[in-house]
Amino acid sequence: MADTATIESTVRHVLPPLPYATTALDPVVSANTIGFHYGKHHKGYVDTLNKLIVGTQYADLTLEKIIIATVDKADEVAIFNNAAQAWNHSFYWRSLRPKGGGEPPAALQHRIEASFGTLDACRKELATAATTQFGSGWAWLVLDAGELKVVKTGNAETPLTKGMKPLLTIDVWEHAYYLDHQNRRADYVNAVLDKLINWGFAAENLD
Amino acid sequence: MTTQTYPFELPPLPFAPDALEPHFDARTMSIHHDEHHRVYVERLNAALKDHPGLHGRTIENLLRNLNRIPSDIRPAVRNNGGGHLNHSLFWSLIAAPSQRAPAGPLLDALTDSFGSLESFRIKFREAAVGHFASGWVFLVADARKHALEVLALPDHHCVLATHQTVLLVCDVWEHAYYLKHQNKRADYVDCWWQVANWQRAARRFGRPVEAAA
Repeated sequence: MADTATIESTVRHVLPPLPYATTALDPVVSANTIGFHYGKHHKGYVDTLNKLIVGTQYADLTLEKIIIATVDKADEVAIFNNAAQAWNHSFYWRSLRPKGGGEPPAALQHRIEASFGTLDACRKELATAATTQFGSGWAWLVLDAGELKVVKTGNAETPLTKGMKPLLTIDVWEHAYYLDHQNRRADYVNAVLDKLINWGFAAENLD
Repeated sequence: MTTQTYPFELPPLPFAPDALEPHFDARTMSIHHDEHHRVYVERLNAALKDHPGLHGRTIENLLRNLNRIPSDIRPAVRNNGGGHLNHSLFWSLIAAPSQRAPAGPLLDALTDSFGSLESFRIKFREAAVGHFASGWVFLVADARKHALEVLALPDHHCVLATHQTVLLVCDVWEHAYYLKHQNKRADYVDCWWQVANWQRAARRFGRPVEAAA
């Protein structure tokens, strides 16, 4: 079985297919933006990660394990950044859907009301986190010790490393919205919450 | 920059928005200056508004003494004040391309510190392309080391040490290049190289350095 090593060495992290057509989120997130964001940025993180981990102790680990194993390690910052960005982006695409927004499924709605009081309060916290994250980063709805919470993370950081379970995310790196909204991040965030946010995905992650 | 105090004002662009075409496009320049930089100035002033004890301080003084700024406005002063200082430097250290390549003492210093002008260009380019996420890349003259250095800093962190003088600076926040270059930051950095203001860099290199704090 001389081929075993070859097969293992070619089992790499893959760019997951986009869960909808590139035009599906238009006009809030245009096909032009998705072309770069998914086709260049996200693909770039996956490709770079695959190159960086060749021959390292991380070569055979899942994305999540790489992220946990490299966080806060100064020597592994490039592997962490690319692994976390690969994971965060895959999660982001599934956090959006065409004809999203609206009301969450009942089970999630109850959890939201228990933690935030109302859906509107939850949306406001998400919008505030997304608009106030300074520089590049992410806003998240997470499950933390049984409670739903909104958190924000900088650059490639992810709640996965903080013992929290991500339920959904909004990417607020400028590349996520600049072609469509330029400096008006709040317009992008509010439109995502109104029209694209995938509450069903968040509900699935609760299980 | 060094004498202005609250209320801080948005400095005008020192050239027309289209003056650096085709290297820097007019639309990017307008949004970058008229929106991004303006908002940093407004938010800095808003943070300082109810703190008259800070109204006599220069931006450098505020940023060098962040630990003495009330904690509730510290992030706003750091982020928006840093954005104001760095963008003000950025506008002043780019210009329409001309015949002015570095010469004289500055060229000698670049050669001493990096081997050659071309080696410096490559080193600066690598730092600017390789910096992860938002940030700034600087060429600084370090009076203690008697050398020039390339520094990459995240977000709106600033060069504040009194023995370091910024000679050139490149903004690598995505808003600086995304409309024209999208993910291709390297192409933007090559455009920036074409508009680097060597004349002003040489003037800043030649000026006396403050005593180290």
